[in-house]
Amino acid sequence: MSTSVAAAQGSEQYRARLGVRRVLSEFWRWIFFASTALAIVLLGMLLYSILVPGLPWLSWHLITEMPSRIPEQAGMNSAIWGSIWVVLGSAVLSFVLGLGTAIYLEEYAEKNRWTAFIQTNISNLAGVPSIVYGLLGLVVFVDLMNMGRSVLAGAFTMAILILPIVVISAREAIRAVPSSLRQASYGLGATKWQTVRSHVLPVAFPGILTGVILAMSRAIGETAPLIVVGGASQVLFRPGSPTDPFMVMPLQIYNWTGRPQPEFEHLAAAAIIVLMIVLLIVNSLAIGLREYFSKKTRI
Amino acid sequence: MTTTPPRPEERPPLDLSGKKKRQASEQLVKYVLVACSLVTVATTVGIIIILLYEALRFFRDIPFWNFLTGSTWTPLFSGSQQEFGVVPLVMGTLMTSVVAALISLPLGLGAAIYLSEIASERGRSVLKPILEVLAGVPTIVYGFFALTFITPVLLQPLIPGIGTFNGLSAGIAIGIMALPTVASLSEDALRAVPRSLREAGFALGATKFETSVRVVVPAAVSGIVASFLLAISRAIGETMIVAVAAGQAPAGQSGGSDGWWDLTESMQTMTGFIAYTFSSDISRGTTAFHSLFGVGLLLFFMTYLMNLLSQWVTKRYQEEYE
Repeated sequence: MSTSVAAAQGSEQYRARLGVRRVLSEFWRWIFFASTALAIVLLGMLLYSILVPGLPWLSWHLITEMPSRIPEQAGMNSAIWGSIWVVLGSAVLSFVLGLGTAIYLEEYAEKNRWTAFIQTNISNLAGVPSIVYGLLGLVVFVDLMNMGRSVLAGAFTMAILILPIVVISAREAIRAVPSSLRQASYGLGATKWQTVRSHVLPVAFPGILTGVILAMSRAIGETAPLIVVGGASQVLFRPGSPTDPFMVMPLQIYNWTGRPQPEFEHLAAAAIIVLMIVLLIVNSLAIGLREYFSKKTRI
Repeated sequence: MTTTPPRPEERPPLDLSGKKKRQASEQLVKYVLVACSLVTVATTVGIIIILLYEALRFFRDIPFWNFLTGSTWTPLFSGSQQEFGVVPLVMGTLMTSVVAALISLPLGLGAAIYLSEIASERGRSVLKPILEVLAGVPTIVYGFFALTFITPVLLQPLIPGIGTFNGLSAGIAIGIMALPTVASLSEDALRAVPRSLREAGFALGATKFETSVRVVVPAAVSGIVASFLLAISRAIGETMIVAVAAGQAPAGQSGGSDGWWDLTESMQTMTGFIAYTFSSDISRGTTAFHSLFGVGLLLFFMTYLMNLLSQWVTKRYQEEYE
C-alpha cells in the first residue's frame, strides 16, 4: 500500500519534472537558434551600413580616377592597381615556397622531431598577428634588403603572411592523392621526383590552386602589415614597376574612413562595395575551379 | 600535359645511361624543397630576432620594468612629457578583447550547438555559408561598421555620452568578427562526437537539450576551448577594427575618460598604437620608433602564449572515439 503511494507520488513528481525539462529544452532550443539568427542579423546590418551610404557614390570614375582632395572627383584607381601588383606578386611567391614546403613535408620528410617542429611552427605562424608581419617586413625587406616602401616589399611581406595558409591547403591536397598512384609510378621505375612531378602534382593541382586563391582573398583584404610596410600616404599613380610605391584597396578605405568630412565616409563605403565585389569574384573563381577540376580528374 | 607513349615496337632499347645525372637532379630537387621548408622556420626566427633586437634598443632608453608598469603612454609627445608606460595600451587590448569574448564565445557556441545538434540538414546548408561570408569580410570593413553604425546607431541611444571613438564599439565589432571562428571550429568539434553517445543520452530519458549540454558539449570540450582561445588570440591581435574605431588616445588618457576601464571613451590598443604611428609617418631611430618594437614584442608573446595554450588544451583534453 505505502510503496504504491510512494511510487505514484514518485511518478507524479517525475511527470512534473518532465514538463519543466521539456520546457527548458524548448527554451534553450530557441536560445541556440537566436544566437545563430543574431549572426545573420548582424551580417544584414553590416551590409546595410555599407550599401546605404555607398551605393549612391558608386560610379565608374571611382574605379578610373586617382585619389583627390575633392571627394566628388576622388577614385581608387591607384589602389586597385596596387592591390593587383601586391596580391599577384605575393600569390606567385607563396605558391612557389608553399608548394615546395608542402611537397617536402608530405613526400620527402622523415617522421622525426625536426619535421614535427616545422609543422608546429607553421601552425604557430598562422596565429601571429598580421601587424607583426608588418614589423618583420619593414626591417627585413624595406631596410635590410633595401627594397624601400615598394610593391616588392609589400608582396614579400604579404607572401610570408599567407604562406601558412598555402602550405596547409597544399599539404591536404597532396595527402588526398591515393598512394596507389605513387606505387604504380615507382613500379614503372620512376624516381621520387618523377613520381611527384608527373603523378602526384597533376592530381593535387586543383586543391593546391584553390588554396592559393583563398589565400589571395585573404591578402586582398589584409591591411595592417601594409600600413607598416607601405605607409598610409596617398599614391597618385599606378605602380609601373616592382620598385614603385603603392596603395592597396583596404588601405585606401582606411585613409578615407579616417577623414572628418562625411563625403569621404560615403566614398569609403563605395570603395568597400568594390572591395567586396572583388572578393566575391575571387572566391567564386576558387569554388568554380574546384568544381571544374573535380569533374575532370576523378579517381 | 600528357604525351602519348610510343608504341612498343617503336620504342628504342632501354637506356639507363642517364642514371647518374638523374640521381644528381633528384638530390638537387630535395635540397630545393628543404630550402623552401626552411623559409617558414626563418620567418619565426626572423620575427623573434628582429623584435628582440629593436626592442632591446628601446629598453636601453626606457628600463624594461618602467615600460611594463608605467601608467602613462605618451610616446609621440615631445621632451619631458614623453612617457613610455605600456599599461594603458595593455588595458585597452584587454578591455576590447573581453568585450569581444563576451560576444563571440557565447554566441559562437550557441550557433555551433544549433548548427550541429538542432538544425535540419537544409537549415544547415543555408546558415553555414552565411557564417562563412561573415568570416570572409575584411577587418577594415568591420572597423567601418563599428565607426559608422555600431557607435551612432546602436550605442548612442543607449549610452548618450559615448564618444565617437570608443572601446565598446571596437570590442563589439571584434566579437562579431571572431564569432564565425568560434562557431565553425566548435561545430567541427561537436560533429566529431559519435552518434552513439547522443543515443545513449536519449535512451536514458534525457531531453535534446540535456543530451546536447551534458553529453555532447563535455565530449567536445577540448575543441571548444581551443576555439575560444584562438578567438581571444585573434581579438588581441586584431588591428584594423581598433585602428578605425577605438580612437587614438590610450585608455584613461582622453578628456572625458574615467579610467582604464571606461569603454565609452577612446581606448588605443597595442595594435592600434602600431598602426596609428606608422600611418602618421614617424621618424626613424627615435625612442618612440623603437617603442613600436617593444609593444610588438609584448603583443607577439601574448598571442603566442594563447596559441600554445590552445594547442596544449587540444592535445591534453582530446577524447578519442573510434
